[in-house]
Amino acid sequence: MAEAVHQAFDPLSTGSRAKQIRSKTIVYGLLTFFALLYMSPLFIIFINAYRPLEEIVREGFISAPNTMSWSYWGEAWSTFCIGGNCEGVSRYFVNTLLMTVPATVLSTAFGLVNGYALSKWRFKYDAWVFGLITLGVFLPAQMTLLPWAFVLGKLGVSNTIGGLVLVHTIQGISFTTLFCRNYFVAVPDDLIKAARIDGAGFWRIFWRIMLPLSPPILIVCVIWQFTGIWNEFLYGTVFTSGSNQPITSAIVAFSGSGTGERHYNVEAASVIFAALPPLLVYVFGGKYFVRGLTSGAVK
Amino acid sequence: MSSLQIKNLRKSFGSVEVLKDINLEADSGEFVALVGPSGCGKSTLLSIIAGLESVSSGEVIIEDKVVNNEAPKDRDIAMVFQSYALYPTMTVRQNMTFGMECRNIDKATQDKTVERVANLLQIEPLLQRKPGQLSGGQRQRVAMGRALVRDPKLFLFDEPLSNLDAKLRVEMRSEIKKLHQRVGRTTVYVTHDQIEAMTLATRIAVMHQGVLQQYDTPKAIYETPANVFVAGFMGSPNMNFFAAKVVSTDGGFGLVLDGGDGTVLPLINGAHGALSDGQAVTFGARPEHFSPASEGRADRKGRASVIVPVTVEMDEPTGSETILMGEIAGQSAIIVCEPDEAPAPGVTMDFEVDMSKVSLFDPVSEKRL
Ligand SMILES: Nc1ncnc2c1ncn2[C@@H]1O[C@H](COP(=O)(O)OP(=O)(O)O)[C@@H](O)[C@H]1O
Ligand SMILES: [Mg+2]
Repeated sequence: MAEAVHQAFDPLSTGSRAKQIRSKTIVYGLLTFFALLYMSPLFIIFINAYRPLEEIVREGFISAPNTMSWSYWGEAWSTFCIGGNCEGVSRYFVNTLLMTVPATVLSTAFGLVNGYALSKWRFKYDAWVFGLITLGVFLPAQMTLLPWAFVLGKLGVSNTIGGLVLVHTIQGISFTTLFCRNYFVAVPDDLIKAARIDGAGFWRIFWRIMLPLSPPILIVCVIWQFTGIWNEFLYGTVFTSGSNQPITSAIVAFSGSGTGERHYNVEAASVIFAALPPLLVYVFGGKYFVRGLTSGAVK
Repeated sequence: MSSLQIKNLRKSFGSVEVLKDINLEADSGEFVALVGPSGCGKSTLLSIIAGLESVSSGEVIIEDKVVNNEAPKDRDIAMVFQSYALYPTMTVRQNMTFGMECRNIDKATQDKTVERVANLLQIEPLLQRKPGQLSGGQRQRVAMGRALVRDPKLFLFDEPLSNLDAKLRVEMRSEIKKLHQRVGRTTVYVTHDQIEAMTLATRIAVMHQGVLQQYDTPKAIYETPANVFVAGFMGSPNMNFFAAKVVSTDGGFGLVLDGGDGTVLPLINGAHGALSDGQAVTFGARPEHFSPASEGRADRKGRASVIVPVTVEMDEPTGSETILMGEIAGQSAIIVCEPDEAPAPGVTMDFEVDMSKVSLFDPVSEKRL
């Protein structure tokens, strides 16, 4: 998704005509090969979402479709039975949405405030606070399972979407704080000094000066958190069950559903439903993501 | 009435003391220049006055009120930063009104004030632009505008001109001077440029390594520098320093330059502190206090002058004057003279030294004698 920022030196356009053709063929050939390799799972899943079940069973997963039907999408969305619940993935899709949107908004908001406070205000042990918060970035999720189970139980929010919002918000703050703090460090301190002399306090400086400078890093945080939380699977599976699960955990429940007969076509459509939002976010926001990671706050 | 007082101020960052026992006061309406080489603590002192840094010990008093524990916004000051520090996402107008907005000043007054200041600085056409769309000189003006809308007790400037090119710098310098005369507010102006300090200030504070070296009028600083550092820092080209010995003469004392032919340069009685025969001194004479002996200029003005031979090694014509580098009694010397009167390199020529303008320093303590 990265856009070409400047015209880089192009080694493929140098040398003799024959050499140019040869080297370009090799480079483009390799790139096409790997692109196809990475795209193939998506393509195969997509095709199978249109194929009748007996055809898949008869001819295997990887095969050209003979007859195609749109009906599996509708079935996957609203009537398919997962773990004894016959509402399709729509219910779980909504669960994930209700989990991802608040957790993304909250963790990004806290990250912005934390990053601002940690980069622009000096207080006792600020370096320690920053170190401890960002330790979360390097802590494996498995290690946090037991403590979270304890906390969620104590708060009485086990097996609720609200509980997952809490977990993802707190876990995400490590990342958003790190991102925002590193971005805000580049904002000149003189701006804050000038604002303090002008009579602005902590929050006014945040709203009027820092936040307007934040769109690039805000987009980075939102994309990172949204795709990360949407695709997350471990917390969802461990802390929720049945109709309270997010879509990623529900899809896993396919394998355990019913009598063992697998509906590959409906499952394929469900998987695509689950993957669509992060995919769209990346397709439409990806270039801002790359831009945000590489841009400074003030030109 | 004194508008700013700094008493026994000390400031340390960790174990490093960057300001050592600073004492200063500025009368109402005064223009004080803080001058000194880079890293001597000027910006730190200004930040302490502004309340952006705390003091380690000592007092900052603004209009007879100790403000050590007051927040910057409560000190009623305005500051112009070297980087200008304009809010990048706001228009010029918003940059100027932000401070008034924070102080809940009504919209009509804000508009009127912006209009007045924009008119004063001639930045009306820029009001709707963002700082990124302005040239360096325009940003500088806007930064001043942001300070001027406030009408504060104190204006603080931290090297406001050092990011401008030479020509614009001179223009803005006289503009700042005009503004100060018009607005009449007490101003503390930090610069490392001694010419800016000389041209703008009513009093100059020369700092070096966190110590205030001398605090006086530009004239006094230039003519009677308190020590070798001040003498060398103020003035361009630099003052000449010669090693010399004091000798008794009939009328009082004279100097013999080390390495010379023993000629005695008679000192003016009473112009220097207590001297004794044989005492080693550093003899300081500014480049412009030499003039070709053939012109007899010092004599015509009735000044006490002595003739010394100068061997010219190199000349640097600047157009308006010519800078000569050479030797006096084997010690290197810089002399400024009129282009027409400048001798060619390699020539030895007699120059008069205006003895009423020279300084003597103790070679060890470097203090003025
Ligand atoms: N926040 C700080 N922490 C540690 N040392 C500092 C800090 N600010 C300034 N200093 C040091 O204090 C000295 C004076 O700095 P400064 O006041 O900026 O000098 P100037 O403005 O005269 O160039 C320098 O040696 C600088 O390194
Ligand atoms: Mg400075």
